Amino acid sequence: MSEPAIVAEGLTRRFGDFVAVDALTFEVARGEVFGFLGANGAGKTTAIRMLTGLLAPSAGHATVAGHDVGRDPEGVRRRIGYMSQRFSLYEDLTVRENVELYGGIYGLSDAEIRDRGGALLESLGLTPWARTLVGAIPLGRKQKLAFSVALIHRPAIVFLDEPTGGVDPITRRQFWEMIYETAARGTTVFVTTHYMDEAEYCDRISIMVDGRMAALGTPAELKRAHGVASVDDVFVRLARAG
Amino acid sequence: MSAPAAGGDAVIVRDVAKSFGETHALRGVSLAVAPGELFGFIGPDGAGKTTLFRILTTLMLPDAGSARVLGFDVERDLWAIRARVGYMPGRFSLYPDLTVEENLRFFAAVFGTTIAEGRAVIEPIWRQIAPFASRRADALSGGMKQKLALCCALVHRPDILFLDEPTTGVDAVSRREFWEILAELRAGGLTTLVSTPYMDEASQCDRVALIHEGRILAIAPPDALGAGFGQALVAVRGADRFALLKLLREHSDTLAVYPFGAELHLTSRRPAAERDAAARDVAAWLAARGHPDAVVAPIEPGIEDTFMARMSGAAGEAAA
Repeated sequence: MSEPAIVAEGLTRRFGDFVAVDALTFEVARGEVFGFLGANGAGKTTAIRMLTGLLAPSAGHATVAGHDVGRDPEGVRRRIGYMSQRFSLYEDLTVRENVELYGGIYGLSDAEIRDRGGALLESLGLTPWARTLVGAIPLGRKQKLAFSVALIHRPAIVFLDEPTGGVDPITRRQFWEMIYETAARGTTVFVTTHYMDEAEYCDRISIMVDGRMAALGTPAELKRAHGVASVDDVFVRLARAG
Repeated sequence: MSAPAAGGDAVIVRDVAKSFGETHALRGVSLAVAPGELFGFIGPDGAGKTTLFRILTTLMLPDAGSARVLGFDVERDLWAIRARVGYMPGRFSLYPDLTVEENLRFFAAVFGTTIAEGRAVIEPIWRQIAPFASRRADALSGGMKQKLALCCALVHRPDILFLDEPTTGVDAVSRREFWEILAELRAGGLTTLVSTPYMDEASQCDRVALIHEGRILAIAPPDALGAGFGQALVAVRGADRFALLKLLREHSDTLAVYPFGAELHLTSRRPAAERDAAARDVAAWLAARGHPDAVVAPIEPGIEDTFMARMSGAAGEAAA
């Protein structure tokens, strides 16, 4: 059995007296779609910043794609992709320029950027838009492009921070099909969302409450354990109790 | 100034259009909101919700068409409207380096009133944030910020309230609490127009308008929105959802299949009246292809089914 994509043991982050992330212990398997849920302020962003090598843990440790986030953050960053709702692409660069820029940042050769970039635009139907400024393309297309760009260096794990916020319901579902296809190819997907129906699309979900992981399991397990019909109800019960 | 008509609609919008360069934000929108209604605008980013709210709150002029709020014309009678309207814009609208109480006092002063005079209206919300009265606004949680912004929009006792995406980016618990507050305001008789990208929030409204790419797709009470859904709709549950999804797209009756939480929803080419037969056919078809355990049932369309069907009908770019 191959080693897990993410292993966290007692992962903790304090800011002064405030414990933002309190001893997270969990594993994410290779190729798994893992939903990372929690209320605003529950510690999700801080945890993601540690797992992506941007913030050192105060205690505990985590390995991501085999690299320790505290000792080898550079190694982590080379093996992951990241996309968020708020910031991913440069609006005042064209579609092709964004692909080239990120390909370069992720260390691809010019030939790789040309080949993979061309295939990427083709698969998204964006070839006719290659010379259009990203700021001028519809939000749904922009999000699909941002996701593909985050995968251009073939990372082991991709972190998606609220990738579908404000996106129309059809595009939101098309986006999730891209997630499924990515996971089916063996890439691990770590995703946050405020849409509780999307939580149902994950292999497993965790729910953060006040810095701790209050629940971890498949959507079906969590619904059964709480005796409720939807993940939304599980979330509200845990977050309100917290 | 034209006098408002007694007993008329609180908001009347006729053929309003607005463009920004090449972007058509509103492509001819018409609707009416009755006094005391909690009226929702449901649609994704870029649908035109914010532009419409800016026109109705007199912050922007329409290119074409006309609109009246509380009987006043949005172009001619802007000062009469501004004094009577409460508006909570989508982006955080408070002063981050003022405290909670200072923000509230400031908004009261701008409208020539005091916190004391507005106290009765804001009391149910204020009670929840009063413990943080001396905290700076930028140190509040997302849910608390939204509650303070709502207090600031209400403190001058407006006759109508416009809330532009008050729950966007807010977690599921805070969203529920915010809608509980709106239900209280509705019980008090306040006319409220609220926009949201979250389809599940539609059920909280008296009526909703589905809006997409500058057009209204439908206006109805939330439980009546599905009435125009002409196709049979079936829900499918099974072990390997992604495999089922791809397989179901090959069925000859299939118009569309999408994941819906733990289920898949299949829109059939067959009419709604044949939904029982459509479900039986799909179940038998799946059983013959190695999915005998798939659970297939005819269902009533929900708001998202309706939105997606109407969106595809409009052949929107975003659906491409």
